Order: sequence, then C-alpha cells, then structure tokens
Amino acid sequence: MSNIDTTPVLKTEHLGITFGGLKAVEDFNISIAPNELVGLIGPNGAGKTTVFNLLTGVYQPTEGRIELDGQEMKDKKPHQMAKAGIARTFQNIRLFKNLTVLGNVKVAFNQNMKYGIFQAILRTGGYWREEEEIDQKARELLSVFNMQDAADKIACNLPYGQQRKLEIARALATNPKILLLDEPAAGMNPTETAELMEAIRIIRDKFNIAILLIEHDMSLVMSICERIVVIDYGMIIAKGTPKEVANNPKVIGAYLGE
Amino acid sequence: MKNKKEIIKSYLINFIAIALMFVILMIATDAGLINRYVRGILMTIFINIILAISLNLTTGFLGQIALGHAGFMSIGAYSAALFVKYAQDTMGITLLQENGLTSAGLGFFLLSLLIGGGIAAVFGLIVGIPALRLKGDYLAIITLGFGEIIRSLIEYFPFTGGAQGLKKIPKLASSLNVVYIIMIVCVVIMFAFVRSRHGRAITAIREDDIASEASGIPNTHYKVMAFTIAAFFAGVAGGIYAQYLGVLGASSFGFMKSIDILVMVVLGGMGSLTGSILSAVGLTALPEMLRSFSDYRMLIYSVVLIIVMIFKPSGLLGTYEFSLTRLIDRIVHPGKHKKASTMKKEGAEIE
Amino acid sequence: MELFIKQVITGIQVGSVYALVALGYTMVYGIVKLINFAHGDFIMVGGYMAVFSIPLLMNAGLPAWLCILAAVAVCTIIGIATEKIAYKPLRGAPSLSVLITAIAMSLFLENLALILFSSSPRPVNNIFNMPPVTIGNIQFSGVTVITIVFSVIIMIGLQIFIKSTRMGKAMRAVSEDGQAAILMGISTNRTISLTFAIGSGLAGVAAVMYCSAYPQVQPYMGSMLGLKAFIAAVLGGIGNIPGAMLGGIIIGLVESMTKGYISTQLADAVVFGILILVLLVKPTGILGKNVGEKV
Repeated sequence: MSNIDTTPVLKTEHLGITFGGLKAVEDFNISIAPNELVGLIGPNGAGKTTVFNLLTGVYQPTEGRIELDGQEMKDKKPHQMAKAGIARTFQNIRLFKNLTVLGNVKVAFNQNMKYGIFQAILRTGGYWREEEEIDQKARELLSVFNMQDAADKIACNLPYGQQRKLEIARALATNPKILLLDEPAAGMNPTETAELMEAIRIIRDKFNIAILLIEHDMSLVMSICERIVVIDYGMIIAKGTPKEVANNPKVIGAYLGE
Repeated sequence: MKNKKEIIKSYLINFIAIALMFVILMIATDAGLINRYVRGILMTIFINIILAISLNLTTGFLGQIALGHAGFMSIGAYSAALFVKYAQDTMGITLLQENGLTSAGLGFFLLSLLIGGGIAAVFGLIVGIPALRLKGDYLAIITLGFGEIIRSLIEYFPFTGGAQGLKKIPKLASSLNVVYIIMIVCVVIMFAFVRSRHGRAITAIREDDIASEASGIPNTHYKVMAFTIAAFFAGVAGGIYAQYLGVLGASSFGFMKSIDILVMVVLGGMGSLTGSILSAVGLTALPEMLRSFSDYRMLIYSVVLIIVMIFKPSGLLGTYEFSLTRLIDRIVHPGKHKKASTMKKEGAEIE
Repeated sequence: MELFIKQVITGIQVGSVYALVALGYTMVYGIVKLINFAHGDFIMVGGYMAVFSIPLLMNAGLPAWLCILAAVAVCTIIGIATEKIAYKPLRGAPSLSVLITAIAMSLFLENLALILFSSSPRPVNNIFNMPPVTIGNIQFSGVTVITIVFSVIIMIGLQIFIKSTRMGKAMRAVSEDGQAAILMGISTNRTISLTFAIGSGLAGVAAVMYCSAYPQVQPYMGSMLGLKAFIAAVLGGIGNIPGAMLGGIIIGLVESMTKGYISTQLADAVVFGILILVLLVKPTGILGKNVGEKV
C-alpha cells in the first residue's frame, strides 16, 4: 500500500501539452508511491494515452514537470525515459514481429549492457559473459509469464494473449521503477482478462515496481487498483480509492454523458 | 543461447570451409587454371559481396532504403587510390615488382583500404546524422541526392582527375588470395556485428521504431552507427576496386551502380547476409557466363525485381541465414532436425 | 545583364517543363504515397513517340505539333498499365517494397527502350514553327513562350478540375483517407487509375515541350529529368499542385543560374543540395502541411 512518508516514484506537477491551440492535457498532477498500483481511466479521447506519451518522452510537455524518484525529467527522449526507469506497453501491441520471443526480450536488455562494437566483433570475454547473462535473465523473465517454451517462436506467431504478455515482459526487461500499461486487457476474453489482472498483481509484488494502468473496463480497474485517477477532456476530474471514485457524481457524469 | 560446445563446433566448421576454399583458390592459381578473365570475375564477385553485405546492414537489417551506396564506394575508391598513388609517385616507395606486391606494397594496400573505408565512414557519419532524421521514401531520395552530389564533386575537382578520371593507380589488388581473405574478414565482421546486442538493436528499429525507442534503444545513435559501418565497408570495396582496375571515373559510381548493389541485397533477402553473398555471386557470375544475355541483363533484373516484390517482398531468402553447421547436422543426423527447421524459420538467428 | 535575362528565361522554360513533370509525381504521391520513379521515363516514352509520329504527320500533310496527341495517348496508356501491373498488387505493402518496385519499373522502361531503340540519341524534328518574339531588345524563341503559356494553362485547368469537379473531389478524398473514401462510395481503383492517367498524360505534354527545346531523345533522358522534377515536387510541397509549379520554376531558375554563373558540372549538385536543405529544414516543402505519426 502507498506510504505517505516515502518519495513518490513518479510525480507530475501541472503537466500539460497543447497541440496547435488545443489543450490535450492540462494541469495533470499525480503522485505515485513505490509499489503502488494506480488506474488511469476516462472516456474515449480523454487524453489517457497522451498522458502516457508525455510520461515516456514521446511528446515534450508544453507546461509543467515530471519527477522520477525525486529527479526532474526534462527534455528526455523516449529511450532516456526508458533508461531512467519508465517502461510502457502500447494500446495496439507493438512487438518486434519477426524476432523470436526471446529476441524481443533481449532487445530491452540492451540499455544495461556494456560491450562495445569492437568487443562484439572480436567476441571477447565480455561479449560472451553478458550475452549468456541476458540469455538467462530473458528466459527467467519469460518463465514468470509461463512462456519459457515459446522462447524460440517468432513473436507474430503467438496467440493474442501471449503477445500482450510478451510486451509486458519486454517492458520489464528494461528494469523499470514504474510500468505504464496501456489497455493491457483490450481485445481479451473475460478469462484471459482475469488471468492478466492476476499476473499484473504478481508482477508488481515480484518486481517491486509501481504500475500505472489505463483501462476501459471500470469493473476491472476497480478490482485491482488501489487508487484511481479519472480524466476527462485532458483534466483530472476525480482521484481516490475505487469506492470514492465510483460514487463521484462527476465521474458518473463523464461516463454517462450528463 | 546455444551451449559452448555447439558454438565452437559451428565456428570450426565454418573456418574449415573458408580455409578449404582458400586452398582450392591457391591450387587453382598455381595450376594456372585461373586466367585473366576468371580472375576478373572472381575479383568482381569479392568486391560485390562486400558491397552487398554492407548495404544489407542499412537496407535489410535497419530497414531503410539507401540509394547512395555507390557514393560511399567512390569515396573509398578515390581516397585509397590517391593514397597509394602518393606513396608510389611522391614518396617513391616501391609497391609493386614484377612478380607481384612487395611487402611494403601489401602493407600500403591494407592501409589504403582502412583509409578508404575510414574516409567513407566519416562521410557516412556526416551524411547520416542529418539524413536519418527522415525515413522511407524521403531517406531514399536524400541518399540518392548525396550520392549524386559526391559524383558531381568528384568530376568537378581537379585532384580527383576530374571528368577524365584518375589514371595510373598502382594495381595493388593483384592477388586474388589477399582479396579473398579481406572479403572473408569483412563478412565475418559483419556477421559478428549483426549477431550482437548492436545488431539486435538495429533489427528492432526495423521491426518497430517506436517500440525500440520505448525499450531503451537510442534509435538515432544506432541508425547512424549502421549507416557509418555500411559506408566503411563500401569504402573498403571501393578501395579494392580502384586498385584492381588501376583507373577510376566518377561516372561508374552513379545512381545505376547503387541500384546494382540494391538489386543484390533485395534479391538475396533483406536481412540475410548469406542471401547477399549468394546473390552477389550469382548476379555477378551469371551475366558473365551468358554473354549474349548481357544486353538483357538490366531488363531481366527489373522484371525479376518486380516479381519478387509482388510475391516475396523480403527477398528470396528473407531474413533466413544459410548455415553450414545446420546443413551438416542434417546430413549426419537425418530426421532429427525436422521440427527445429520449421520453427527456426525466420529471424531465429538474431535472437 | 543580358546573360542574366537569358538565364532567367531559360530557367523559367526548363522550370515549366519540370513543373509539368512534377505534377505527375505530386498527384501520384498525394494519392498512393508512392514515388513513381518510372514517371521520368514516361517522358522518354513521350519523346520517342514524337520522334516516330512527326514524319508520319508530315507525310500526311498535318502540322508536326499534333505529335503531342500521340505522346499523350501512349504515355497515358503506359501510365495506367504500369499502375495496374506493377503497383496495384503492392497496395498496402511496406513502403520499401513499393519503392523498389517503382525503381524496377523505371529500369524496365529504360532498358526496354535501350533494346528497342539503341543507346544512340535520335534527333527530333522541329515541332513548333514559331517566329521568335522580341520585347525591347530581348529575344525569346517561340517555343519558350509556348512552353510557359501551356504550363500555366494546364496548371490552372488542373487546379479547377481538382477543386470543383466530382472526379477531382474523389481524388482529394482518396488522398486524405483511402479507407474512408471507399466507405463514401468512391471507387479507389478508378480514382487511382485516373490519377495515373492524368499524371502520365501530362508527362506526354512535358515530353513534347522538352523535345522542342532540346531536340534529342535517348533511353536515359528521363531519369535525371524525372529526379529533378521530383525534387521540384518535394520543394513545392508534395501533394500540392501550385507547389509543383512553384518548385519547378525555382529548380529551373537555380539550375540555369548555376550553369550561367558557377559551373555546368555543378548544376546537378546544387539542385540536389537544395533538395537536401529542404528535406532537413522543412520536409513538407514550401507549401506543404505537417503530418505527424500516431503513437
């Protein structure tokens, strides 16, 4: 559970972005404690994915600031955000389709590897050591998702549910402090969804990370998130425990369309 | 990752195959089986292999089409040629004697290739940093533009011999064996590079550049790296070409030459180094063997290209790598690999 | 001063031809996002049509400029055929494959011409018998005037066609969003064919204009011409019709000024230099609009 005394792992202050006069996200304030599981919900087009894009450096905010572990993240590109400890998945799965499952995960280990071009060409001890190490780590990571047997399959040949899981595994391979999941259950059937939600909880505990989750399905978010942030038209309209949020008239209005 | 024993075994098999070919080449040379004509074809094959595998790095592995490869080749060719010319004419070093290279000649030859490759790489870097902000069609056009600019400048400046071309370049690329070894070294380096974390990062960019960046891959850095390395090897190939022919003209490094190399990469398989090697051999040797066919060469190329693009857009081998170890394994233990072979279809090598 | 004016006039004349060719690139790119590398070679085809049809027309006692009909007809047919045979099967394929196919198509036309007509250049008979026009003490050739006037008329006509006719609107719709256009009952295939037809027809006109200024035809004449016209299209803003005209004239002027004042050899390098500059500073061109990628 969240603890008020610790530094938040992720904190934004007045975060906002304007696209040609249109304020897509405005005055977005959020503070996520280490190991917290937070849901970000809102109607279609409310700006949820835009928030993710801001947090991962895909867009540069026009206002406000982002802090990761108390450090300000300014003018950071997506790969720098990933290195700093923010990992993400995508709404429409983005895998390296023609690489193997194992290869997909290995790519994400790249930023924590050290051997250079010449060491690679000369196949020095460092090359072998690191490659062996990540091979093992990648397989371990896959086994968390029960996918160790699929390691040598080509990613695009996986069933849909496993593709989603692989994307999460890949994100975890970057060794994040916080994981952003963009509609991880989209397109899944109820059984798969329930399985995934269980997996998310396990990941949070096993890897000891915070998770921010976008989800459409209210009931699902309610069941696993400790705290929920609701946005509409780019602004936060409610925050609180699932119960508080569910009874908030603004939220009900946003979803039912007043 | 495969276990150590298997890796050592496969290295050994490949090494033996390479050495065997070298011995055959040497025996054939000694026995006088290789006349000037055959020598010319083999030399062109070796040069084209280096060109094709280097372009494959940008076009196949990185997935960005570059139409200025001949430009980098020409920079390497002229740099290496001017360097050895300077060594011979101005410094007065004896590089060649009647029966071939002097030891100084060999040293200068290798040095000239490094210089040619190095300068081409510098140009690759200069061109790559701005150009790689673009992708797809625009990158293709901008690289084409750079290639044409390089060609025009070579024709314009007097020190490159201008439009008349550069003549009397010491023919240091006289030994097939030496060029063979250089080619093998280039191929081995390329394989080692592609099958490392760097190669993996480059392939990831091809597959999905947004996801690769989100997975912590600095896309620009790796794109420029791929481009620069490709330019380096194009420069090396150019250096050999210059010192094999002994004369250079800027017009031989035009757009058409870049297309020639691209055809090899595309047909062989974008993302398959062995594919590039096979198509470089095939597309160099075939037109030579069928002399009457040479008028129709480009016409047939173009039709084949269109057909391949329609029916097998990733090229004949795709990203599949031919493996000698696997082949031998399959001959020795028939049946054992049936299942593995279907699973290993594509990309399995770059895990 | 005289050199300057002479270069300006040459520049505008060549630029008008570039503009006509650039229109073909821009329309096709706007609608199928394809750099039709073969477009430059349509000019070459048009050129050969002029070479072969002029003697026939003369024998029949008809004026030589009617060769424009032959050029336009054949170019249109080749344009539509190219699209149907090579490009259509690849609709929706990765841009790399499409680009390679376009390059291959260009190679195909060039090498076919090489085999059919040999590499030696063929002279083109005088197409327009026009007296030179004199304004003040400056003399233009009649061809120059015709080329410029023709291009402007075509440009305006095309603009009107695109903006106000049914087919023109369909073309714009397909270029904005092909899927949505289908849902609106627009036949994408027909619209794309029409675009290719108009674009290649214009290449036929451009071919005749070009040949009346530089009366020589050879198999590779289209490749450099095509590239420069493409640069003009990019410079003006790809997908934009007035942009193509603007880009064409600018490229024509720059080229002719470089030839006049710096060096003939460097003209190509300068033109490509401009392309690179434009792509780096404003990849959407002078009149183009920005489009981002969705994450």
